[in-house]
Amino acid sequence: MAASGLHARPAAALTHAAAASGHTISLGRVDEPAVDASSILMVMSLGLKQGDEVVLTAEAAAAESTLDALAALVSSDLDAPGAGR
Amino acid sequence: MTTAVPLSPVLTGRGVGYGIAMAPSVVLAPAPAVPADEPVPTDLDQAEARIRSALTAVAAEFAAQATSASPVMADVLTATSAIAADSTLATEAVRHLRAGAGPATAVARAIEGFATTFTAAGGYLAERVTDLRSVGDRVTARLLGLPTPGLGPLTGPTVVVATDLAPADTAALDLDRVVAIVTEQGGPTGHTAIIARQLGLPCVVGVRGITAVPSGTLVLVDAGKGTVTTEPTTVQVAALARRTSADALLAKDTAPGATADGHPIALLANVGTPADAARAAATAVQGVGLFRTEVLFLDRHDAPSADEQVTAYRQVIDAMDGRKTVIRTLDAGADKPLAFVTQPAEENPALGVRGNRLLRIAPDVVTTQIDALGAVVSTLSDDRRSDVWVMAPMIATPAEAKEFATMARARGVATVGVMVEIPAAALRARDILAEVDFVSLGTNDLAQYTMATDRLRAELADLLDPWQPAVLELIAATARAGRDLGKPVGVCGESAADPLMALVLAGLGVTSLSMAPAAVPGVRYALRQHTLEQCRAMARAALDAPDPATAQHAVLDLADASVHATFDQ
Repeated sequence: MAASGLHARPAAALTHAAAASGHTISLGRVDEPAVDASSILMVMSLGLKQGDEVVLTAEAAAAESTLDALAALVSSDLDAPGAGR
Repeated sequence: MTTAVPLSPVLTGRGVGYGIAMAPSVVLAPAPAVPADEPVPTDLDQAEARIRSALTAVAAEFAAQATSASPVMADVLTATSAIAADSTLATEAVRHLRAGAGPATAVARAIEGFATTFTAAGGYLAERVTDLRSVGDRVTARLLGLPTPGLGPLTGPTVVVATDLAPADTAALDLDRVVAIVTEQGGPTGHTAIIARQLGLPCVVGVRGITAVPSGTLVLVDAGKGTVTTEPTTVQVAALARRTSADALLAKDTAPGATADGHPIALLANVGTPADAARAAATAVQGVGLFRTEVLFLDRHDAPSADEQVTAYRQVIDAMDGRKTVIRTLDAGADKPLAFVTQPAEENPALGVRGNRLLRIAPDVVTTQIDALGAVVSTLSDDRRSDVWVMAPMIATPAEAKEFATMARARGVATVGVMVEIPAAALRARDILAEVDFVSLGTNDLAQYTMATDRLRAELADLLDPWQPAVLELIAATARAGRDLGKPVGVCGESAADPLMALVLAGLGVTSLSMAPAAVPGVRYALRQHTLEQCRAMARAALDAPDPATAQHAVLDLADASVHATFDQ
């Protein structure tokens, strides 16, 4: 994640992927209330910064592969030039 | 048979600079005002459906705009589209609706809720509030049956027409397409005018009736005359072509500024960013007379570090490469709020904590900047240190001047000055100059404070006229003090860019004039046609006049005929 935080474009990419999965996914810091991962407003409101540890959870057990994909998206440097386009 | 030649309608306002341009107009639709008494719908299910479909439509609009935008803008527009499509936003808006708000009010409240969270978070999130509000404006406009706010994509050369431009509007202007700006409100020294001048765009402000002219109308904007001609005739179009070629001729003279008898008047540039400085350095200016450092930080929500500042200042100094560079410390407050230093609750911001007065509430911001300036100067070679001058804005007393000079000199700044923009400073210029190496007159604020007239009120623009004899009197007093003490007195306000006024300022004893680079050729030309003695006679005539119009006419009567022809006055 970029040093300055989870910016609008990567947040849009993450929330788009979460919504497209068809599962109810939530995202939050460890030991803090989680938010709907398909809502760009809620995800941006978390104010995540580089190095923050986050937890992704899904209601349906079948969503494990979706979680893996989203986790990869969160941990990659989405702010790198050209990433996410 | 005779055919009457119809005269093209001419609207008048206050011109900024003296440029001229012609293109079809595009009227910027204002953000919709949600009526306080918006009716609460009886059919809530139908109202909910309207809110949801408006959000979906706006999301689609932003997504469509993203496909034709530049890569950077496309990312912003895609994210903005995602905000409009966000189910949380819809849920919040519907909650407000069900709690008894009208549909547009419900959306506005939902947006403000998130805006409050984002603003409180600060930093990057706070900067995204603009995107949130643009979603809110478009959705409420739809719900209220009003036109889409903003300019929309520009397809060719455009004259932008607006009630007034907010800083966010000017930042979003497509500079490859915008050739001039005309506003219904605003004064000649407000935000729009300053930005237009910086960009070298012809601009006329305070033009009553301009927003009623439909988008797509061909308009001719003459900033020198302060006129906007709709549907100009072929004769007027031909005159425009002549003016353009005359301007090109003036720009060929690149000698240092001086009167006909060789009395030097340095001609300098006003800049706000390293990019401005690079553009100015490519023209025949003798340096930078005003580097407005606050411009670098207008979008910032946290204070810039000393290192960041050093880099930016160094870029401007390097761009000027050996030419004099006058750096002004942060002039935040009033119409130039900075998120990290401006107090939200100022009742009278122009009279409050702004400029050097920040020392009283945010001393760290001021000292960090002076540290950075000292660090920059100390990296220069000995022979270049004297090229970098540093000055503080909003100085009222000799004690304030002394305090600033002591701080700056302690950090190695060789040449320290202050702005004279408060009448008290002009009246006591001798005592202030005793503490510093030079002063620079900010004529926009000097007029505002002398005439007790808000720079942003179009209705009062005549009072702010730089030709007001009371304002000229204070400039004269300051210049006299400079002459007696043998110290430079510059002008870096709007006055310096007016060729006729430049003659008066030279006659009053001002030693340098700093302006938008585009104005320099006209001022250079006017000075070159007159001796210092002629300029002094003009200055006396202006000071003796009872009002601005008489002053201007008296000076024009004394001016060389070539000036009349060139500036078409």
